Amino acid sequence: MLNPDLVGRTFTSADSVSVTQESITKFANVIGEPNTLVAPPTFAISITLDQSQKLLQESGLDWTRVVHGDQRFEISRPIVAGDVFICSSTIESARNVAGNEIVSVRSDLHSGAQLVVSTWSTLVVRA
Amino acid sequence: MSQLIAGQELTAENFKINRQLLIAYADASGDQNPIHQDEAFAKSVGLPDVIAHGMLTMALAGKYLSAIAGSEKVISFSAKFIKPVVVPANTDVNLTISGKVVEIVEGQAKIELTAICNEIKVLGMAKGVIRI
Repeated sequence: MLNPDLVGRTFTSADSVSVTQESITKFANVIGEPNTLVAPPTFAISITLDQSQKLLQESGLDWTRVVHGDQRFEISRPIVAGDVFICSSTIESARNVAGNEIVSVRSDLHSGAQLVVSTWSTLVVRA
Repeated sequence: MSQLIAGQELTAENFKINRQLLIAYADASGDQNPIHQDEAFAKSVGLPDVIAHGMLTMALAGKYLSAIAGSEKVISFSAKFIKPVVVPANTDVNLTISGKVVEIVEGQAKIELTAICNEIKVLGMAKGVIRI
C-alpha cells in the first residue's frame, strides 16, 4: 500500500541524466527506427520509468507486480544526444480498486529552464 | 510523404515480437522486470506466459507514427494498455499497427492508431499528434 502522504509530492532526481548517442541508437535499433539523429518519441520512458521505479520502490511498492495501465508523452522538442536532464516525478494520484493499487505518476524532463518532455504513467500494482 | 487528409486511412505495418526483442528492449529501455523475460517468474505471478513490455508495443506504434512525418515531428503520444501481448518461447508474435488521420488543425495532424495482435486490440485510445 502506498503511503497516502506521498500523493501530490514532487521528487526531483539528485543526479542529472546524460543522453548518449549510443542509448538513442540502441533504442532506435530495437524498434527498427532508421533515424538516430533524434530520440524516438517514447525514448523518454528509459529515463522517467527508472525514476518512477525508484520512487515507488522507496514508497514500498513491489515493482515485479506492476503492470503498466496507460502512458502519455508531451514532447516540446525531440531529445537529442548530449541532452542533460533533471527528472522530477510527482505521484498525482493513488487509489485502490479491487485490491489493486493504481498509481499515476507524472515525470518531467528539464534541460536547464526548458521543460523538454512530460510523461504520465498509470501503474497498476496487482494484488 | 504526400499531404495528409482528414479521414485518410494510413497503410498498416507489421512488426514481429519475440523473446529476443523483449531482451533487446529491456536492455535499451532499462526495464528489466522479469515478467518480460522469465517464463517461470511470469507464471508465478499469475500471467499466462512472458508478456511484452507495454512500452515496447507503444514504442513500435511510435515508430509507425514517426514514419508519417519524421520522429522529430511527434509532439504528443498516448495509449492505454488494454490487453497483454503474450510472447511464447520460440515464437514470432505478429503486431499490426494501422492509423487514421482524425483531423488536421493549425499545422497539426491527429492520428488514431490501432494495434492488433492475434486479432485482439492491445492498445486502447492510442493517438498521436504530429506537426505537418
